Amino acid sequence: MNLKISESLDNLGRSVLSGVEQMGGMLILLISTFGWMFRPPLKLRNIIKQMEFVGVKSTFVVVLTGTFTGMVLALQSYHGFRLFSAEGLVGSTVALSMTRELGPVLTGLMVTARAGSAMAAELGTMRVTEQIDALYVMAANPIKYLVVPRIAASVLMVPLLTAISDFLGILGGYFVGVVLLDINEGIFLDNIYKYVELDDIYNGLVKAAFFGLLLSLIGCYKGFNTRGGAEGVGMATTEAVVIASVSILVADYFLTAIMF
Amino acid sequence: MIRIVDLHKSFKSQKVLDGVDLEIEDGKTTVIIGRSGGGKSVLLKHIIGLMKPDSGQILVDDVDIAKLDDRGLNEVRKKFGMLFQEGALFDSMNVAENVGFSLREHTKMKKEEIRAVVAERLKAVGLPGIEEKMPSELSGGMRKRVALARAIAINPQIVLFDEPTTGLDPIMLEAINHLIIDTQKNFNLTCIVISHDIESIFKVGHKIAMLYEGKIIEYGTPEEIKTSANPVLKQFLTGSIEGPIQIM
Repeated sequence: MNLKISESLDNLGRSVLSGVEQMGGMLILLISTFGWMFRPPLKLRNIIKQMEFVGVKSTFVVVLTGTFTGMVLALQSYHGFRLFSAEGLVGSTVALSMTRELGPVLTGLMVTARAGSAMAAELGTMRVTEQIDALYVMAANPIKYLVVPRIAASVLMVPLLTAISDFLGILGGYFVGVVLLDINEGIFLDNIYKYVELDDIYNGLVKAAFFGLLLSLIGCYKGFNTRGGAEGVGMATTEAVVIASVSILVADYFLTAIMF
Repeated sequence: MIRIVDLHKSFKSQKVLDGVDLEIEDGKTTVIIGRSGGGKSVLLKHIIGLMKPDSGQILVDDVDIAKLDDRGLNEVRKKFGMLFQEGALFDSMNVAENVGFSLREHTKMKKEEIRAVVAERLKAVGLPGIEEKMPSELSGGMRKRVALARAIAINPQIVLFDEPTTGLDPIMLEAINHLIIDTQKNFNLTCIVISHDIESIFKVGHKIAMLYEGKIIEYGTPEEIKTSANPVLKQFLTGSIEGPIQIM
């Protein structure tokens, strides 16, 4: 019995230590990324290439999730609001939900699944096939070459994708609310103007930038510290997606509490 | 000149290098032999500063690289080229971009000049005209030759080879051996080769060092190594199961 308790405590201790070690490692990676980010020569070509990968190539999936989220939100809220004849509030509900919450969070999660996982897998493969060592040997710092472009691109592109998601979510809500469910167009739009403030949009975009930082930092950290061949790459990719997704949701609560 | 003095390295409780002393002669090829997992690659990674020792010195032209910061280390690394076991070519770049990487990063050469050097190095390794190919389109032997072209692109003084012949067919193995010999001669390089291919080590090495239980137990010319009475070395060279080396 005592042995079991001791083993459990031992495992718990190990998990806590490993968690603290990983957070420390990510912080060190973040500091050194900022250190290298503005040191010339700026590798703009690498950053633009990553912006294309993180941003342009994630557009389709963000368009789909944004549009359908707005549509389902309109559908659900319509049924609720209809109970007390407040269908006109559907537009503002969709707009506020999209700009403040669902736009940034869903975009963050989608980019994590598409680009964050790819970052972990690509850097992990580079680690196990000694390509990262090769960069060191050729006197080229891998953080500057590999991590800085990915983090910079994510911080810039996730807010842009979020803006697309916000816009299309509201458009989807408009389509369901006004076109399909016959809510008065004037009331629908007027309520959006009345209740949605610019701060709602700005703060949502700031949250999105933070999610971009989180998902790329975690993806790069996990990839950079991959060990043990193909299995290690698989594990690093899975861990990156799980940790980044959970971190986005946890960070979302605290950012919302601070900002709104 | 590279001098390794009393180098120690452990991973947790496992001692990998236990007081390595070795001098690498300039303009010669030194082959380091030893069992798989015996610390050869770890030693090579110390020589190029990819690992920090627990204690001891690695002197490259009298500079202890174990004490250098990143910037100092990068300056020293410009003297080196390295051929990794599987080539370690960058997947996202084509052959020309791989070979020209160091030239783009560390010289002010124009694109056309870089292109000319890349073509010349590819010709030197027997692969002219493959600039546009991606690493995934190359065979194992071709990848190693492109990696060698990349390693010598910036005219290094020292080239490190990490098991250059592992996984190759006998013909390609022989081709790589000749390439190491020719490259060393033509570019007057100091080469350090890690290998456990017995035939190859006697072909390419001017000096051979045997690493065993974390120490260099024998060092000499191929003739001296062949005639050595050291039982560990004898067993290693003959590939015998019987002897002081325990099979785990």
